[in-house]
Amino acid sequence: MSQSRRLVKGGRIDRDKPLSFVFNGKTYQGYEGDTLASALIANDVRVVARSFKYHRPRGVFSAGSDEPNAIVQLEEGAATQPDTLATCIELYDNLSATSQNCWPSVEFDINEINSVFMRLMPAGFYYKTFMWPAKLWMWYEGIIRKAAGMGLAPKHPDPDRYEAIHTHCDVLVVGGGPAGLAAALAAGRTGARVILADAQCEPGGDLLAETDELEIAGEAASNWVSKTLAELRDMPEVRILERTTITGYYDYNWLTALQKVTDHMGPDKGGNLPRQRFIKIRARQVVLATGAIERPLVFAENDRPGVMMASAVRTYINRYGVLPGRSMVVFTNNDTAYQTAIDAVRLGAQVTVVDARPAPQGDVVTRAEALGIQIMDRSVITNLHGRMGVKCVTVQHLGEDGTTLLGKPIPFSCDLVAMSGGWNPTVHLFSQSGGKLRWDDDKTMFVPLAGPAINPSRSVGCCNGTMDLPGCLAEGLAAGSKAAKDAGFGTGRAPKAIKATARPEAPLRPLWEVSCHGHKSRFHDFQNDSKVSDLELASLEGMVSVEHTKRYTATGMGTDQGKTSNVNALAIMARIQGREIPAVGTTTFRPPYTPVSFGAITGQDRRELFEQVRTTAMQPWHVANGAVFEDVGDWKRPRYFPQGSEDMHAAVLRECKATRDSVGIVDASTLGKIDIQGPDAAKFLEMIYTNAWAKLGVGRCRYGVMLSEHGMIFDDGVTTRLSDNHYHMTTTTGGAARVMGWLEEWLQTEWPEMEVYCTSVTEQWSVASISGPKARDLLAGLTDIDLDPEAFPFMAVREGSFAGVPARIFRISFTGEVAYEINVPTCYGLHMWETLMEHGKAHDICVYGTETLHVLRAEKGFIIVGQDTDGTCTPMDVGMDWIVSKKKADFIGKRSFTRSDTAREGRKQLVGLFTDDPSFVLPEGAHIVDTATPKPPLRALGHVTSSYMSPNVTGPDGVNGDKGRSIAMALLQDGRNRMGDTLYVALMDGRVKTVTVTDPVFFDKEGERTHG
Amino acid sequence: MPNPGLTPGSMFLSEYAMKSKYSIFSLLRNSLSYHQNWERKWRSPDPKPAYDVIIIGGGGHGLATAYYLARQHGITNVAVLEKSWLGGGNTGRNTTIVRSNYLLNESAAMYDHAIDLWENLSQELNYNVMFSPRGVLHLAHNVHDMQEIGRRGNSNYINDVDAEFITPDQIKTMVPIINLNCRYPVMGGVLQRRGGTARHDAVAWGYARAADSLGVDIIQNCEVTGFDIKKGVIKGVKTNRGVIKAGKVGVVTAGHSGVLADMAGMRLPIESTPLQAFVSEPLKPIIDIVVMSNTIHAYVSQSDKGELVFGGSSDPYVSYSQRGAFNQLEHVVGPLVELYPIFSRLRMMRQWGGTVDVTLDRSPIVSKSPVKNLFFNVGWGTGGFKATPGSGHVFAASLASGEMHPIAAPFSIDRHYTGALIDEAAAAAVAH
Repeated sequence: MSQSRRLVKGGRIDRDKPLSFVFNGKTYQGYEGDTLASALIANDVRVVARSFKYHRPRGVFSAGSDEPNAIVQLEEGAATQPDTLATCIELYDNLSATSQNCWPSVEFDINEINSVFMRLMPAGFYYKTFMWPAKLWMWYEGIIRKAAGMGLAPKHPDPDRYEAIHTHCDVLVVGGGPAGLAAALAAGRTGARVILADAQCEPGGDLLAETDELEIAGEAASNWVSKTLAELRDMPEVRILERTTITGYYDYNWLTALQKVTDHMGPDKGGNLPRQRFIKIRARQVVLATGAIERPLVFAENDRPGVMMASAVRTYINRYGVLPGRSMVVFTNNDTAYQTAIDAVRLGAQVTVVDARPAPQGDVVTRAEALGIQIMDRSVITNLHGRMGVKCVTVQHLGEDGTTLLGKPIPFSCDLVAMSGGWNPTVHLFSQSGGKLRWDDDKTMFVPLAGPAINPSRSVGCCNGTMDLPGCLAEGLAAGSKAAKDAGFGTGRAPKAIKATARPEAPLRPLWEVSCHGHKSRFHDFQNDSKVSDLELASLEGMVSVEHTKRYTATGMGTDQGKTSNVNALAIMARIQGREIPAVGTTTFRPPYTPVSFGAITGQDRRELFEQVRTTAMQPWHVANGAVFEDVGDWKRPRYFPQGSEDMHAAVLRECKATRDSVGIVDASTLGKIDIQGPDAAKFLEMIYTNAWAKLGVGRCRYGVMLSEHGMIFDDGVTTRLSDNHYHMTTTTGGAARVMGWLEEWLQTEWPEMEVYCTSVTEQWSVASISGPKARDLLAGLTDIDLDPEAFPFMAVREGSFAGVPARIFRISFTGEVAYEINVPTCYGLHMWETLMEHGKAHDICVYGTETLHVLRAEKGFIIVGQDTDGTCTPMDVGMDWIVSKKKADFIGKRSFTRSDTAREGRKQLVGLFTDDPSFVLPEGAHIVDTATPKPPLRALGHVTSSYMSPNVTGPDGVNGDKGRSIAMALLQDGRNRMGDTLYVALMDGRVKTVTVTDPVFFDKEGERTHG
Repeated sequence: MPNPGLTPGSMFLSEYAMKSKYSIFSLLRNSLSYHQNWERKWRSPDPKPAYDVIIIGGGGHGLATAYYLARQHGITNVAVLEKSWLGGGNTGRNTTIVRSNYLLNESAAMYDHAIDLWENLSQELNYNVMFSPRGVLHLAHNVHDMQEIGRRGNSNYINDVDAEFITPDQIKTMVPIINLNCRYPVMGGVLQRRGGTARHDAVAWGYARAADSLGVDIIQNCEVTGFDIKKGVIKGVKTNRGVIKAGKVGVVTAGHSGVLADMAGMRLPIESTPLQAFVSEPLKPIIDIVVMSNTIHAYVSQSDKGELVFGGSSDPYVSYSQRGAFNQLEHVVGPLVELYPIFSRLRMMRQWGGTVDVTLDRSPIVSKSPVKNLFFNVGWGTGGFKATPGSGHVFAASLASGEMHPIAAPFSIDRHYTGALIDEAAAAAVAH
């Protein structure tokens, strides 16, 4: 049989379902129900990985998410998953995994040379060297980076699908061990909505690793688990989430969970199911039943393959039917490891117990002795041999002081060391919830500090320091009942107690580090290769704070976040510093409890569902007519409409010219539109905008600028009075959401007494803006509105019908031509557009995009907020003194105008620029200087904000023509006093362009065309 | 000009002989004695009754200030008071990015001064801070972004700060894992080659060790509870370890600057909000430069240990909690997976938060105060780490002379009254 360490019977594996898998290129067999770790152990694969820093050979260490050693690269190609714990991978057929951080192979890793030079590489050695010569650091760093890191990232996009969902419940029970099951049962029976989340493939916790000797409610514990789960499954309000780890505990009882939905099936086997589900849970009450993690013992060479946690060894024996060693030394300072010894010896293993305690007594010891297990009391392992796997340990007596080694070292041949240094309650989530810890000297562990919780939760069972089974069940029942009551269900009285086998435990003997001879490596943090000597070095160098020690030695900074290492490290630090353990303090437990894939956090919001693209009703027409799009916020807007082989430059020149010659049309639907209603609407607008609004007549429009509190331009647009208390505001496309939030912020936080209601109606209206000398002619045939300039003047709105549908038509202009913005309900948008295009043919209509829009408005000197202004511009800076009311008592930003710098002369002001070379378009962002021979660093006078080729503007030299004439807008220091001056624009390639400062209105200065 | 109120010390005082030098040779030598003879990096002194200068806050900026006071200005009778462990605030919580390609002249001067110091910092401190000028790339995803980087690149050029425009093809070569045609297509970028990352803890430790060896007292677990101000002049500070007299006091705190100012009877134009960051599990190298994107408010680099280090915008609500809301993190993760599809299968290993003090214009306050001889160097917002050496350097000069260093002068608190804001965020619509 290939699985040489597989027991002939037993375990929760399905021997009828053999699976084959590949590890490091070799094919092995396992069974359904195995983890990769248990299957590797069954096949006697001892070296599974290499350590992070020293590349020491490492084997499977634990049986859960606390695993610091057996970290592998799962699968290859797009579905590869680096840094995966072999102990948490459920075996599936054809699984493939490889060791990481080693070359050429895990058995022979060239970087094990680091191990030879270990003495040169203590904690923080890299802070002391690699400094000479200074120039070589980047080369050193390259080598360090290559040597560091662990797994390989995938090279291809993730083929899998994820879900992120929200849910809520009355009681969330975290952990499906005995305490959690009891809590879920008690809460469930009240009718409360309960979620039981358990990280394993089946709930039961440590009961799954028990033999049938252990009884609950008068039967084998495993039967009780099955019956309890059956009862829970029958409750309509109870959900059991298997393979679900609660990863984070945030404020207001909001928790995150990662459910592995199809990971256990293997790549491409999940069908329509997502690979993982990220569940965000809001729970009225939380019961934490997260168990405890066994503490390693810190002794010489304790990282060698074959040194495992005693409880893990027992799990492999009883749950997976694997005997990890035939000749076993159980090294312990407490009673629990004796169960491992007993179970192993019954299955034929040779077992010796090395117990640090003098003359251990009690039921479990007696049972072990009865089975003929040799118990060496007052003893510790002081050395270990076997680089690629334990071969031999040396045992010596331990003095009463806990450090002195007595007597002769006795060698023991063995192939497995099962160790136990006691238990640490899994308090991570409790701590994340804001809970504080208390050091319990009797139990030698950190336990949750009782008291009012910041977030309503209760810790029960082992994670509360209650280590005996009857106690766990009782606490679970009590907490489940109370949590349900606090959530509004039941009486709060616990159901009848559940009887269970009690295993009284004798006290442990604290043993934080085991003395050894010479300077051997004693690891407390396996994943990050941190040793006792590193903690001593940190302390020697003054790194006394626990956070300094952690950062200096990398203790607890691995992917396991120190699940097995932190408390040992704290205790060793306490010894070094001569302090009590609680005085050393604890580090912060940071989410997530176990790593969470980014894909799961993203959920379904990816690819086409990520930040959905916004398009207007006219999008099909734009696409059909060859529009080139640009992203503006979340919108896709046509940038230009090339004809034939036109590039953008040619298309824009044509579009610009046609609009001024006949009529142009642009899709303006993306501009923000906010419907403002209420008796205080006018008063509100008076505060929001700088100019006067109270007297604006019904049916009239007004351009407004809104400022930040600093008096700087924040957004602009045209707002129209539709009736006395009803306004229609427009904003920039990119600023729509920001303005909406701005209005709401002022209304809700500063002026709650105002009765004003703002509603975003951007999506409700489709807008076509037509402008040009023939705009009126085009519109005339399509609407019942009287378009006579007397009847429908500039800056007015009329409601009527357009092409048979209801419309609001605004006579406003961003091009300086006669222009109409036709608004129809979005469902008629495409109809409106197609009608205009069809009838426009007779008027030489030209469709244009944002680029032409920008040129046309620049010809008129109209600003684009965010392009020609930058959050440091007042209306006066951009030449809009006229828009700032001198009469109004107040408006947002007014007070800032009294600040000396805001009020001073010579600020940067908006100007126009003509290049001497009419064919050269200045790069936007280029800076203006006053020297013809610039060489950085320079004092810039300003910068170019907008720059285009215009076919309509005639320059000072009279140059115009089909190829166009370059125009630019700029913010220039004291710009208005520099009209006509010659200045220079320094380009980044060293060239210098001569420019003449001019008025920013380049075309139709008197505005005759607009009013025509 | 030396201030007559201060005792000019000397860096040559034998009392605090320079610590033995770190090098490969000292490592070799100490390895022979199993590293049992290393010196302390810094002493753990009790506070003296009085100091020439007290620096409140033992983060990077405070320690750097103390170091430069001693090194450049010979003022060694200096204490750094830290309420907890040194480097434990934002110095130990940031995403370690260093760059100086700021838009506005005042910012560019400050941060570029810092880069000049970063470049030789390991050697200057004899402590490897792992400054890695691997390049910082800002992506542009739309026309507006292109205009923004266009202006910024030109501004950098004018200020003699290095900036290069990069095409999408070049970006793909430099960052092969990027998806150029994502929801926010990458149209270009601007690269600062002198920018990069540094090892954040080492910066605090390196400055602390160097300052200590020049005689500066670094006093941890010493919380300032009040100021002793007489007739508008600072006389000392009250702490949980007693009253300590001081000729001058520099407040160099982050996260609680407003609290300190309140003790001096002032209000600062500062709001404190959480800023979160997170790292992936360690991986072999996959991204060699720092890539930032303002449109999606996310940035990424890879630490020397192999973890991908991510950050985004600060939380929108004020809080001193050093933890933020998860949805803020989701706003960073989603775009990151879109921009780098391979990140989907990678995993978040650890997330954390810090508290950032944000001023009205998101630029720091490096300034005198209405109280004579009480100076502030606070409000660095979300971008203080990169400035550490420059900030300490100019603040030390200001403390030493009593007049603000020219680079620090524009960052006066007065700008909030005059309106001469240094509004980088408004100007470029970017976070920094």
